[in-house]
Amino acid sequence: MPKRSDIRKVLVIGSGPIIIGQAAEFDYAGTQACTALKQEGIETVLFNSNPATIMTDTNIAGKIYIEPMNIEVLKKILMDERPDSILPTLGGQTGLNLAMEIFETGLTEKMGIRLLGTSVKAIRMAEDRQEFKDTMESIGQPVIASKVVTNIQDALAFAEVIEYPVIVRPAYTLGGTGGGIAQDSSELKEIGINGIRASRVGQILVEKCISGWKEIEYEVIRDGVGNVITVCNMENIDPVGVHTGDSIVVAPSQTLSDKEYQMLRTSAHEIITKLEIEGGCNVQFALDPFSFDYAVIEVNPRLSRSSALASKATGYPIAKVATKIAIGYHLDEILNEVTGKTYACFEPSLDYLVVKIPRWPFDKFVKAKRLLGTQMKATGEVMALGNSMESALLKALRSLELNTYSFDQPFVSDMSVGELRERLKKVDDMRLFVLAEAIRKGVGIQEIYDTTMVDKFFLHAIRNIVEREEKLKTMQKTDLSPEEFLELKKLGFADREIARFLRTGEKEIRHMRLTHGIKASFKMVDTCAAEFEAMTPYYYSTYDTDSESRASEREKVLVIGSGPIRIGQGIEFDYCSVHCIWALKELGYETIIINNNPETVSTDFDTADKLYFEPLTEEDVRNVVETEKPMGAIVQFGGQTAIKLAKALSGMGVAILGTSLENTDKAEDREKFDAMLGKIGIPRPEGKTVFTRDEAVEAARGLIYPVLVRPSYVLGGQGMEIAYDDQDMVEYMDIININTQEHPILVDKYMMGREIEVDAICDGEDILIPGIMEHLERAGVHSGDSISIYPPVSLSERLKKSIHAHTCAIARELGIIGMMNVQYILCNEELYVIEVNPRSSRTVPYISKVTGIPVVRLATQAIMGKKIKDMGYGLGIFPESKYFAVKVPVFSFEKLQDVDATLGPEMKSTGEVLGIGRIYKEAVFKGLLASGMTIHKDRKAVLMTVRDTDKQELVPIAESLERAGYTLYATGKTALSLNKQGIATSVVKKIGEQGTDIITLMESARLCAVINTPTKGRKPERDGFKIRRKSVETSIPCLTSLDTARAFVKCLEENVDIRTMEVLELGLMERGVQHEKD
Amino acid sequence: MRPRRAAPRSRPLGDSRSPGSCKIPSNFRSETTLDEYMSRHMVPGIEGIDTRQVTRIIREKGTMKGAIVQGGPSIPEGLMEKIHRYEIKNPVRSVTAKQKYRVAGTGCRVALMDFGLKRNIIRSLEKRNMDITVFPSDVSSGEILSGMFDGLVLSNGPGDPKDCKDEIQCLKEVIGKIPVFGICLGHQLAALALGGDTEKLKYGHRGSNHPVKDLLKGNVYITSQNHGYAVIGTSLDEKEIAITHFNMNDGTVEGFRHLAHPLFTVQFHPEASPGPGDTGYLFDDFQRMMKDCMKGGQHA
Repeated sequence: MPKRSDIRKVLVIGSGPIIIGQAAEFDYAGTQACTALKQEGIETVLFNSNPATIMTDTNIAGKIYIEPMNIEVLKKILMDERPDSILPTLGGQTGLNLAMEIFETGLTEKMGIRLLGTSVKAIRMAEDRQEFKDTMESIGQPVIASKVVTNIQDALAFAEVIEYPVIVRPAYTLGGTGGGIAQDSSELKEIGINGIRASRVGQILVEKCISGWKEIEYEVIRDGVGNVITVCNMENIDPVGVHTGDSIVVAPSQTLSDKEYQMLRTSAHEIITKLEIEGGCNVQFALDPFSFDYAVIEVNPRLSRSSALASKATGYPIAKVATKIAIGYHLDEILNEVTGKTYACFEPSLDYLVVKIPRWPFDKFVKAKRLLGTQMKATGEVMALGNSMESALLKALRSLELNTYSFDQPFVSDMSVGELRERLKKVDDMRLFVLAEAIRKGVGIQEIYDTTMVDKFFLHAIRNIVEREEKLKTMQKTDLSPEEFLELKKLGFADREIARFLRTGEKEIRHMRLTHGIKASFKMVDTCAAEFEAMTPYYYSTYDTDSESRASEREKVLVIGSGPIRIGQGIEFDYCSVHCIWALKELGYETIIINNNPETVSTDFDTADKLYFEPLTEEDVRNVVETEKPMGAIVQFGGQTAIKLAKALSGMGVAILGTSLENTDKAEDREKFDAMLGKIGIPRPEGKTVFTRDEAVEAARGLIYPVLVRPSYVLGGQGMEIAYDDQDMVEYMDIININTQEHPILVDKYMMGREIEVDAICDGEDILIPGIMEHLERAGVHSGDSISIYPPVSLSERLKKSIHAHTCAIARELGIIGMMNVQYILCNEELYVIEVNPRSSRTVPYISKVTGIPVVRLATQAIMGKKIKDMGYGLGIFPESKYFAVKVPVFSFEKLQDVDATLGPEMKSTGEVLGIGRIYKEAVFKGLLASGMTIHKDRKAVLMTVRDTDKQELVPIAESLERAGYTLYATGKTALSLNKQGIATSVVKKIGEQGTDIITLMESARLCAVINTPTKGRKPERDGFKIRRKSVETSIPCLTSLDTARAFVKCLEENVDIRTMEVLELGLMERGVQHEKD
Repeated sequence: MRPRRAAPRSRPLGDSRSPGSCKIPSNFRSETTLDEYMSRHMVPGIEGIDTRQVTRIIREKGTMKGAIVQGGPSIPEGLMEKIHRYEIKNPVRSVTAKQKYRVAGTGCRVALMDFGLKRNIIRSLEKRNMDITVFPSDVSSGEILSGMFDGLVLSNGPGDPKDCKDEIQCLKEVIGKIPVFGICLGHQLAALALGGDTEKLKYGHRGSNHPVKDLLKGNVYITSQNHGYAVIGTSLDEKEIAITHFNMNDGTVEGFRHLAHPLFTVQFHPEASPGPGDTGYLFDDFQRMMKDCMKGGQHA
């Protein structure tokens, strides 16, 4: 059957901001879906609060609503747009939950709007714990002994019956929020209560723990006439117990025989058939390693992180196919775009192996609990392809950008055998390294297996690598025969590590390798193991002799991607990379991308002309360069990952297009940068460069505390802190020095003022500033964590002019061609430069959207030699929009215990949302709402506890609250200072004191907000830390900057309500700007 | 791997690319390595080669003869000649059962002609309680027809179907007199017996992921396939025979049924093992066909 003719206008629901558990994979899915709908001539309306996505581009979707993702807004959009269908299966759990909610209101039925892809009944069957169990039982599929409970007493009683350990899984949450494994009743109490709270419906599942069973996933697709296929299956290296998002995953499964594979495949097919899903579905199984017993753990009736991975692992465009099915096509009517000759109704063959390793944020959250369990903690992931287990593993390790090119790492080599044995009992982010080190130190495979239940197949692969590493250490360079060298390369060893083990240089090793004629070759991911000719050039490296990648005669440009999503380098950079590729294609260049992030649009096989799925290291990039011989490379759009490779690329003879390498260095090197600013007469906060702790303390004393301290060459303010005294300084320096410092550490005078940020497109002569952004929070809060306002609300024309002049002068002096991002501080009416990034920044997608300027496209054109004055957008500062757009950061504090939920100079947010309004306060309110802040309208009390220096400033905020009828609570000193000013404030007891203490108050569900500014030294044992964590757990907005508090309180005071606001289509905003321009 | 009661002719080759087969297997049923298993059964194998390169050559040039040679890359003298001369003659004779045997059951009584059958065909019939008698390929039509069987299954098997002249003759004599279900070579032999023709494919269908459309059900199923010859669709008399299945990749015939007689055949392996069990329903269809015939008293 061809496309259904009754589908003309479809609302696609996105997944909102990037949070742990819901990342860029849904931008990939949404973008593919919108593209597919567009191809079919169906009008699309997109709803997503995340501006850093490609799906919210006007060339992807027809109409775009960047609005808070709640039911009220959704209703308005449905009323305004009147789509005939909703596609809810591409926006993760957010999309599915919203679809369920709107259905429950009865509105969709009344308006005759259909849900495409999956029915409400199917969603319930998969998501509701009891219905899921009943459904599985009805088709004879085994599930684990479990019970759905809504209170903790029932949970404890059931646990007694099935015996500990038990797993707690809350219903309707994503990334396993609020779940965990309880070993005894006291742990169950803690986890269970949290879980009940985290669940949308107050339900948890208490389940028998089947630890040690293998965890296997199947990605299946079904169409409207019941054709079902499996795209691929995947096996987690760790047995059940670790969230699949936190698991190291291998595709296809490696330790199953055909019998087990087919048994689980058949089960997955029966499940998707029973649920009558029209689209993609993910089924997770637990499989007893000693028998054919299995159990269905979970079914996701939608596209998921795993389906993105499966899609990249096989080349099968799951989201696109699922969308076509949703609008009526059958699998045998959809062409397989990879081969162009076969149909989507087939099962891909993998003649290679895929390894996914999660990217955890513990390098930034040094104090966070690193243990892994049922609650996901990773922010992103890398994927690597190889033709052996070993090579895929080592390539994935290199891709993490944690400087881990082998298993031989200092952070495990110090561990004793005893310590390693202990570490084996628990899974954390260092799992692979601990396994390897245990093997290295002589712990037997059997013992490791008994402790970890990691299949021996994987342990043997790790052992193989470790043994090679150890052997190399005993050898001389000259001992390495060509045969052995080739074997090492086939196992995935990097030249750099071979060199390190042989105590020589990487260059020498490369030279030796080339002398032996050992060179990387590229193999194609073609879905069919070479059986059919493939049209799509998607490659990975091996050390086979035959290379399938042939360089064309066209002029080629290499674009370096941004690797895994991590705090500080998020989806924004993928957005930029993709737009750069599109712009280059428009200009007629052949585009080549190297990247390793399976969640992204940039790694879709049809984004660039050629896709190399490879680690972003010098050696791996060189292999591509030698094959393709590009005319140049663009490094401005791949974040710090790409910038870091610039020097190496240049060394390979690849021209760095746009801003030159020397000029990039001028912005990054402190001394050169200072000299440059001095020359053009622009002030910056005083600062010094140091290497050691003593130097740092001395420098700070000279500058007078407080000072800002951070390593140079970092992203997202990694390791950046404000030090108030010597003790702080020493503490921070010790943390920073955990990681090897190749580059100096910067100590700057901390200036309190307003932060202003601009992105500029430069062509060497002229600049175009799409817009000036002003931060709501004062300096000291990382720009990525600040609320950012466009157009600025407090800048005079004079200041705007000088921002323009300064930016222009810097761009010219640095010879910027392409993108530049400048951050200023406005202190005592004087502008200081605090940072210049000679590259695209995380604000680029946001500013592109709110101004309607295709920033990356123009910058790419400038890089390729076009002049801004010919681009048609004018010069200087682009006319301001009539609308306000407020970017609000989103954190994932619920997922990370022991992380202080406070704002500071180190970035902590995982994503962002945008609030758009005709008036400023509406935009702020929408932004706050969209960021997930729960605004408890029914609660009329606020708790305040601020540091001494903030007490005076708190007064007007408290006054506003009092006027608005809020009851005020505060801790001793804060209460005292407010009462002195005549503001009635009740004193609450400190934690642990007799009577109603802070925690009791917070748990009483009376508080609408907590205003807490942290004192210095954020130790977990302090009250402030506990208060902030408690507010995360109890979903009370916690405002840790008085600037944020002021904005929030203003919303409370004016009683703004989303129901009275209009929803704004993005096109309106763009047209608003254009109008002004004409 | 775990040794199975596999027919000795099966030739499992290392199908993972370099660095080759798993030296230290890990599965609860595993008893030995692939290498040991193959050595025990005197089956030659090769590993560490670039299978994509080999596949591409075959994809472009078509199926060709080859030899596994130890030592360097140079071709030993006389080898090419030997390769060209090499021919497989009537391979069915060397792999069929030496004598007939019975796998008792309580359900339909089935004759199974063994052209080199996969054990799982027997298991699939057993699962449906059928009473199975396996015959060597040179069984006479008289023996089959006199056995009062409810149906006849034609097994898979190796080689060019046209080599099986006696078997085709036998089929000509039984078709129409007993319900027939043909699999793989059995399907090709049935086509030849019905006056159709077969051809050698440029390169064979090998693997467990071949999509086949069932025109009767309107659905596509993923099937196991292992064949180098195919039935030529246009050679079948459309007044007598309806094509029921075709391959989604290259459009070749994957199954047909007779319009007048109780007979249907498929080119792929509904018994799976290895591969997906999506088309196991065909055994049920066969059972139903036999029961319908019993009711209608169609067969002798």
